[in-house]
Amino acid sequence: MKRKRRDSGLAALMLVPSGVILLLFVVYPLIKAVWLGQQRCGVTKCTNNGFDQYLDAFRSNEFQDALIVTAKYALITVPIGLVLGVALAVLADKYMRGVGIFRTIFSSTVATSVAVASVMWFFLLNPQVGVLSEWIGGIAKTPGLLQDPRSALWAVSASSIWANLGFTFIVVTAGLQGVPKDLYESAYVDGAGGFSRFTNVTLPMISPTLLFATVVLTTRAFQSFGEVDLLTEGGPLGKTTTLTYLAYGSGLPTSNDDGLRATVSVLLFAVLLALALVQFRGLEKRVHYGN
Amino acid sequence: MAIDQVYGARKVGRYLLLTFMAFIVIFPIYMMVVGALKPGNKVLVNPLLPTDFTTGTLTEAWRAGHLGRALWNSAYVAVLITLAQVITSILAAYAFAFLRFPGKTFVFVAFLATLLVPLEATLTVNRRTMQSLSWINSYKALTIPFLATAFGIFMIRQVFLTIPKEMHEAASMDGLGRLGFLWQVAVPLSRPTIGALTLFSFLTSWNQYLWPTLVTTNEKFNTVQTGLKTLKLAAIDKPNLVIAGTVIVALPIFVVLIAFQRQLIRGLTAGAVKG
Repeated sequence: MKRKRRDSGLAALMLVPSGVILLLFVVYPLIKAVWLGQQRCGVTKCTNNGFDQYLDAFRSNEFQDALIVTAKYALITVPIGLVLGVALAVLADKYMRGVGIFRTIFSSTVATSVAVASVMWFFLLNPQVGVLSEWIGGIAKTPGLLQDPRSALWAVSASSIWANLGFTFIVVTAGLQGVPKDLYESAYVDGAGGFSRFTNVTLPMISPTLLFATVVLTTRAFQSFGEVDLLTEGGPLGKTTTLTYLAYGSGLPTSNDDGLRATVSVLLFAVLLALALVQFRGLEKRVHYGN
Repeated sequence: MAIDQVYGARKVGRYLLLTFMAFIVIFPIYMMVVGALKPGNKVLVNPLLPTDFTTGTLTEAWRAGHLGRALWNSAYVAVLITLAQVITSILAAYAFAFLRFPGKTFVFVAFLATLLVPLEATLTVNRRTMQSLSWINSYKALTIPFLATAFGIFMIRQVFLTIPKEMHEAASMDGLGRLGFLWQVAVPLSRPTIGALTLFSFLTSWNQYLWPTLVTTNEKFNTVQTGLKTLKLAAIDKPNLVIAGTVIVALPIFVVLIAFQRQLIRGLTAGAVKG
């Protein structure tokens, strides 16, 4: 009895530091954002506009466009990034001399922050300075891949696929190392070829890893801000204005109104929650967790 | 029988493919390094080849971008956040793993639930909080909101749970005391996980971009990430300076990552492991 009381005191003491921070900077701002999201704000004060503001914002062209841009961005970056990451991991998974060097190279992009990767690609894709434009020609030269409305989102995607490749590679490589070798050997004995071993043994065995990577990459796509801010500032013609950029970027209808910014960020939260739910519902069934 | 050995023509093919992919992955980095080592007027001449070698562009970028200051700010902020996150996570994880107190499950779930909240949903209100505290342009704004993380608490609690409860009982009876047990037994036993969390926290805070742009307007408080943006906007007509700045900013993290690859892999895959 006495022991239990002492536990409670100590537990409270140990939980207070993190509890206070999480309460003040995660829980409170979330609740407050829901309230702020029904207000319109000037420089000094905010006035209530009613919770219809969420519906109106959701239906607005700006939000719908940003939602579509973000969805497209995710649909480009996630599958391509995943396929590339798996391909590289499988390629570098065999025991061969010098494979460690390739592993280091493929993991290396994990060391580049969003800002570093974006500024790099900004110059790589730059029509005046970048060599890529010289090689590709056409719209890559005038007006430039980041400046042409048809290619801008693809150009931003290229930067982000490259920047995320190291992460995907590392995660999938770790997943591959967890596959028991005897499974391959029995498949080999059963006469399964390389491709059939990949689809029947490798893929099911690394499916939890793939689910994890898919969820992380999708979340990153929906939260992308830095690459848009540094590569295109949401342009041209709003073709790269993602949801997060709509909430935090400059030069937009939301930019000088904290109320609208909160509206968009709360809606973004709702979209992310729905997405996570769908991903887990749909993919969990196909994921093989072993025994 | 080693079926994951590859022989003959297939081996050559695999090496060729690996080399080709390695070139593609490393190409942007190569271009940056080559560009950073050229004088400004030669960036467009033979952009693929390291000709006219000079370190002048690097030193000019260092000065023009105030990168020394930015590197110091980033290091200061990231170290502070990392230390705090590791300590607050260890403390809370201890309470959740070893102590008995009423409402434990509820409190734990409440802590975990904060992981569902994306940063982006909270930043506008947090920025307003910083404004009302007059913390805009301060280290306080850059660090205080991130001194704790439910991810770290969860990660360390998981490894603490693998330590037998009897050891905890024995230690408290032996007079080692609870804190003694925590620092002398539990923490040393969990070193790999704590190492992974340390690296993960450091990288996450070092790489922050959106929050610093919201709470700093004074270049004195630029981190390397926001510093790159300032440099890019200021030197738009001098691409070589920006390229050199990027190389300077990227270098320390490359070194850190090569030194701590193992911890990084553990940190990144923490969510992928079942259990």
